[in-house]
Amino acid sequence: MKKLFQTLGAGFLVFVLLLLAACGGGTSTGTGGTPSSGSNLNIVFLPKAINNPYFDTAASGGKKAANELNGSFKQVGPSTASASEQVTWINNLTTQHVSAIVVSANDPNALAPALKQAMAQGIKVVSYDSDVAPDARTVFVNQANSEDIGRVEVQILGKQLNYTGQIAILSAASTATNQNTWIGFMKDELSKPQYKNMQLVKIDYGNDDDQTSFNDTLSLLQAYPNLKGIISPTTVGIAAAARAIESVNKGGKVALTGLGTPNQMRKYVKDGTVQQFALWDPGKLGYLAYYAASALIQGKITGKQGETFSAGTLGTYTIGANGVVLLGPPTVFDKPNIDQFNF
Amino acid sequence: MKLLRKQLSAWSWEALLVVLLLLTIVLGNSLSPYFLTPFNFSLMVEGLVEIAIMSLSMTLIIIAGEIDLSVASVLGLASVMMGITWNAGIPLWLDIIIALAVGSLAGLVNGLLVTRLGLPSLVVTLGTLALYRGLAFVILGSQAVSDFPSAYTNFGIGDVPGTLIPWTFVLFVLLALLFIVVLHRSWIGRQIYAIGNNKEAARFAGIRVDQVKLLLSVLSGLLSALAGIVLTARISSARADNALGFELFVVTVVLLGGINIFGGRGSLVGVILALFVIGGLRNALGLINVSGDIQNIVIGTLLVFSVLGPNIAQRIQSALSRRRLAAGSAKNV
Repeated sequence: MKKLFQTLGAGFLVFVLLLLAACGGGTSTGTGGTPSSGSNLNIVFLPKAINNPYFDTAASGGKKAANELNGSFKQVGPSTASASEQVTWINNLTTQHVSAIVVSANDPNALAPALKQAMAQGIKVVSYDSDVAPDARTVFVNQANSEDIGRVEVQILGKQLNYTGQIAILSAASTATNQNTWIGFMKDELSKPQYKNMQLVKIDYGNDDDQTSFNDTLSLLQAYPNLKGIISPTTVGIAAAARAIESVNKGGKVALTGLGTPNQMRKYVKDGTVQQFALWDPGKLGYLAYYAASALIQGKITGKQGETFSAGTLGTYTIGANGVVLLGPPTVFDKPNIDQFNF
Repeated sequence: MKLLRKQLSAWSWEALLVVLLLLTIVLGNSLSPYFLTPFNFSLMVEGLVEIAIMSLSMTLIIIAGEIDLSVASVLGLASVMMGITWNAGIPLWLDIIIALAVGSLAGLVNGLLVTRLGLPSLVVTLGTLALYRGLAFVILGSQAVSDFPSAYTNFGIGDVPGTLIPWTFVLFVLLALLFIVVLHRSWIGRQIYAIGNNKEAARFAGIRVDQVKLLLSVLSGLLSALAGIVLTARISSARADNALGFELFVVTVVLLGGINIFGGRGSLVGVILALFVIGGLRNALGLINVSGDIQNIVIGTLLVFSVLGPNIAQRIQSALSRRRLAAGSAKNV
């Protein structure tokens, strides 16, 4: 009996060893391993969750920056977007004394104690995409300026409609702060003289629910037969609206724009339902975040307002209030460029 | 003779776990120079406490022949209760009592469904896994409550002064000692084993089977809520998605610890050893930046192994003794 267990145990140990050896091997080849001795840029990205096309695109931007700066790039993270799992990862990275953690937070406050501990150990912390509590990071690389996002959507639609006709907005929840800020800037843009022949007839709230947004779009099309355009500043809304417009064969007759991801909207851009839509480019976001982290490590910046640093092909950036660095105007996607993006 | 063999196999499993633990340490050390540092151990232990606490009650439930898959959801619900009661201006000590009460109630519902309606606990708690997590999300949505007083959050991340031992780990050690005494040195423990070994026989022996099972369910809810209070303090955030999916780790720890999935066998010492094997493995993998998915593969494999291992051993064992019987050498066994 004892012998049996010994054999069984030995077999299992060998198995675990092999498994771990395989994992270890996979990691070092897959991520570039430890930094070379000449470089002190050991920068690790910690997204909300791994295996997410959005964050993978950001990671490819980070990798590109790492190549340019001769630094090391790694991406680690939980398999589901969980704040407590991210805390475990931050602790792992703190133990390893990486030179910087670039994090997109699942919760701004849950990560704060662990990140502060990392900072106390001399690790630089940069947040991107989704900020943490300001005292738990030095720089936040913000993908989007609310004003740019609001105005650019009206500008796209105005151009397509020759600045005439009725338009509607399909938003998410009526309480969503970011949506309401964007809609505020849309209204402000619409008050400019060149939009005097465009009327905003309705703001609808699809609650970021696919079915609700779909039905709301159909009701809009029925209630306003002369409707010329819809702006949907939400990735859920714009995809549902595109489907709704297509289902009643109004593609090309009712213009649609807003915020969407290329993978979601590719079909509708190619078949002409949507001409242009906007979103920031996560690749550039990751690229900029890596440059910001490296500038912090090399002491070129300390996170104070007004400091500037160079971000490779993106040019020079200035740190704003509260350590926020703004990526710049959103990217506009259309038929010619959409195939360059995969997220 | 049979008893002796059972004892032997139980000891062998724990011996195997000790070897596994040593191996994990050697492995962790060879994988990462940071593994064998007090700082790392402190952080690792801190991150394990919630799973550790839930493993204690899970051990008792599985020994009694049942299971509770809703533990992580009860944890989330308790965390949410901490958040909304604190937001409502209720003092912290009362928030903690409310969260513990809600957790116990959740356990009571599980227990009543199992004992009064005679439903299998696997199905009941699979249902309440979704139900309690759903409730947590309905109450707090995707928001978080984070403005807890520092005395509470310091308990979550602080160490005993002058050491690197987290306060929460001290809490676990005290609980573990209590559970070991109750399970292995008291009549309550003997009743739990008896129920798991043979429910009918236990009933004829005068054990109030349903009552014990109900108590264990409540206990599981209570400890899950306690784990929720610890986690909320550790990440200073009450969130509905706290500890999402942790039931996998808890069940894996308990089964790898040598607790028989069909009940009646195993010891808490094994479970605690398994806790450090799994915690150490995850930590070592994390230190070499192996992604969460691969870690899940390792944990899943360990889970399958810990059910399969003893099962195969038992089959081989019975096959061997049958052969010996057939050979007429039964008296030598």
